[in-house]
Amino acid sequence: MLDCTPKNIMERSGGVINPAKTCQPIGAIYAALGIHRCLPHSHGSQGCCSYHRSHLTRHFREPVFASTSSFTEGASVFGGSANLKTAIKNVFTIYDPDVMAVHTTCLSETIGDDIPTIIKGAEVPEGKLVIHANTPSYQGSHITGFSNMVKGMVSYLSRATLETKKDQANIIPGFVNPGDMREIKRLAGAMGIDFIMFPDTSGVMDSPMTGELTMFPRGGARVEDIADAGNSRITLALGSYASSDAARVLDRKCGVSELVLKTPIGIRATDEFLMAIRQTFTKKVPYALEEERGQLVDIMTDTHYHFHGKRVALFGDPDVVIGMTEFLLGLGMEPVHVLTGTPGGAIGATVGDFEKEVREMLEAAGVKARVKAGGDLFQLQQWIKNEPVDLLIGNTYGKYIARAEDIPFVRVGFPVLDRSCHSYFPIVGYRGAMRLVEMISGALLDRADRDAAEEDFELVM
Amino acid sequence: MSAQPEKNSGLVFEERKDFILTKGKHRQQLKCEADSLAGCVSQRACVYCGARVVLNPITDAVHLVHGPIGCASYTWDIRGSLSSGPELYRFSFSTDLKEGDIIFGGEKKLARAIDELVGKYHPGLVLVYSTCIVGVIGDDLEAVCRAASERHGIEVLPVQSSGFIGNKSAGYRAACDALLRIIRPPEGKGPPGTKKINYLGDFNLAGEVWIIKGYLKQMGVDMNVSFTGDSRYETLQRAAGASLNIVQCAGSMIYLANKLEELYGIPYLNVSFLGLEDTAQSLRKIASWFGDGGITARAEELIERESARAGKRLSWYRERLQGKKAAVYVGGGFKAISLIKQFRELGIDVVMIGTQTGRKEEYETISEMVDEGTVVLDDANPSELEKFMLEKGAHLLVGGVKERPLAYKLGVAFIDHNHDRKHPLSGFVGAVNFAGEVYSTLCSPVWKYVGGGIL
Repeated sequence: MLDCTPKNIMERSGGVINPAKTCQPIGAIYAALGIHRCLPHSHGSQGCCSYHRSHLTRHFREPVFASTSSFTEGASVFGGSANLKTAIKNVFTIYDPDVMAVHTTCLSETIGDDIPTIIKGAEVPEGKLVIHANTPSYQGSHITGFSNMVKGMVSYLSRATLETKKDQANIIPGFVNPGDMREIKRLAGAMGIDFIMFPDTSGVMDSPMTGELTMFPRGGARVEDIADAGNSRITLALGSYASSDAARVLDRKCGVSELVLKTPIGIRATDEFLMAIRQTFTKKVPYALEEERGQLVDIMTDTHYHFHGKRVALFGDPDVVIGMTEFLLGLGMEPVHVLTGTPGGAIGATVGDFEKEVREMLEAAGVKARVKAGGDLFQLQQWIKNEPVDLLIGNTYGKYIARAEDIPFVRVGFPVLDRSCHSYFPIVGYRGAMRLVEMISGALLDRADRDAAEEDFELVM
Repeated sequence: MSAQPEKNSGLVFEERKDFILTKGKHRQQLKCEADSLAGCVSQRACVYCGARVVLNPITDAVHLVHGPIGCASYTWDIRGSLSSGPELYRFSFSTDLKEGDIIFGGEKKLARAIDELVGKYHPGLVLVYSTCIVGVIGDDLEAVCRAASERHGIEVLPVQSSGFIGNKSAGYRAACDALLRIIRPPEGKGPPGTKKINYLGDFNLAGEVWIIKGYLKQMGVDMNVSFTGDSRYETLQRAAGASLNIVQCAGSMIYLANKLEELYGIPYLNVSFLGLEDTAQSLRKIASWFGDGGITARAEELIERESARAGKRLSWYRERLQGKKAAVYVGGGFKAISLIKQFRELGIDVVMIGTQTGRKEEYETISEMVDEGTVVLDDANPSELEKFMLEKGAHLLVGGVKERPLAYKLGVAFIDHNHDRKHPLSGFVGAVNFAGEVYSTLCSPVWKYVGGGIL
């Protein structure tokens, strides 16, 4: 299908061909699903909500519930206040969530609905909560939307109620799969600290089959815990794009010190995550984790010759791509094309500098590469045409490029629409890194087997 | 759903009562074609979605979405409609409007996008979809498209599909309006008795148009153009040269059929190629319209041969599926009606049936067809679907992407009758595929683990 993409690269200014991002509201919905008994609410047209639910359902293979203000022409002319008030009333009457998490859309942002004022004037039942985030689709990306909703959680819910901080950490995991969130919790748990993780979609977007349909599964961060996050000593924000804004608000609002770390992908970033916990809480790293780390190093040394010097094109969401870049470099691979669709430092987006951060890592490793924030997959394919690679890593949309350019492909990131199980297993932590090694070497070696001449076809690789 | 507290266990929203009826119990007319309630978890989509699904199968057009990125991202190659050649329709093009464009207007960026895309892909047709925000900031799509059209000497058409101006049906209409602008008046009257027909309302999911095209060919009738499965700009232009339109998905295409009759005097027939009965009946209807003995004879021969072949395989399935109960929740009414018959062919009762955007006449037909006790509902939300599936003891749900995990979580089998279908479900061969899909999901061993625990 992408066979006609030209090799010759020309400046473009008229928009995007084959996007590597989507809009803010879907990120806000995903974040809101990480609160226990929370119903995300889309303040806009019906289609938005329907698309977000379908897209999330295709990635997680789980039901996704979200309500909508169902804008009509009238609402667009006179404002959506009446729609939102009716929606709040209906949602609590019928679905009875503990929290309703409202996010805006490009439409409600442009007509200028003032959500806090509308919420104040709405009938919210005793003991129930309505929080909100502004998520204009014309700024940033789905990662920005995720970040904004987490910021909304903190702004509405977290309180510093104690004189001295509790000996506990907040962990903001970023826009990662429930399998990753479970792994982050396992690591923190193994370090023996008290912690509050939010949002937490484990147990929500990977809920077990029980024969019953539950609108609000057992998982998700508890509201009282997010409130108590204001009393924690530190916030570990994993991934600057998705998590640092909320950590900053917690610092300003509740005096919780913030530490922004990389998404813990690969050895080094996982080390840093555990070191941060060790130093803050003077804990010892337990042998079980040392053992895991040792196993990972063992696997990497056993197989390093599969990876060394292999050229990789990598795309996806900024925090994940930054972590992946570091890990690939650690394996001796050369990420020569690194791209995210999320703009770096856009208005309303978390101030991040994707290109700078990635370039520094690449330069330190002596790899010459093209790096781009706010790019698209048309551009990535053109890069690959000009400088071919041995491997492509990214979300499902990469499969078109992989096919057109005939390169092995590893699916990492959001969305993965054509494979299953991915959301249950981590890519973070030492065990996640082992899984990545397995995925990458599997793709490379399957290709080597496929392409090997009869006499070169080997049993032991 | 366990979210529902006891006090509400009787029903769902008070306001929704008129949209649900149980045959035999309620006398009143089912309410439909209304706006959804704010705060509902509706399964419905928007105007843009309706327009996009109808037009997207035009394979050699640039489909450019004018708006922020989401509307293009979510519709990138999800339609499942196949092409016999061009692949341009599977790309995702967006003007990716940013804050500055919202403030200062997006017209210039749109014009640049069109220029760049025309320079790269040299299409004959560019369709520019309006999204919510374009309707609000007031970009003059018509003018930008006209100017681009003149600049490049190709057709650049706006699709007026701002999300908030209605529901999916309004989008179908916007799509049909764009199609009408593509269709050229016929050059003189075609030779009398031309045996060319247009096929409206099939999007060639899993290659379904090709099956029907094959049947017509065997009857001695040519398919002029299909709307819009596997269609191209040039063939769409010649649509007015057909002597008859046949309409399958009436929800999306009846408006176009009426317009084509009004403008070019082309009559239309409603058809359905879902299930043996409907397929045979539709082919006969077409044959008899032509009033040509040869066509009729060939149609009968085809029907006999294919029915016999399919019938044999269906009876194998029927023996195994007899007595099961199905629930149906699909986009439009025509599909719902056909599915009732199709399930009957398999010995399966439909115990719950609903649509997102069914029309009044369609609901009347549905209500007449179903058995006493069957629940009929419009614009259902997930809790309603769950409630009635459980109450009626459905073993199987037919729906789209959002309904699939609902069914699975309840331990109920599922069939995608929408974009995500994997096998063609049209015609005689489609009826067998459908039965095969019903069988493989209903009779999978995985269901026996549901609800159990570690002993």
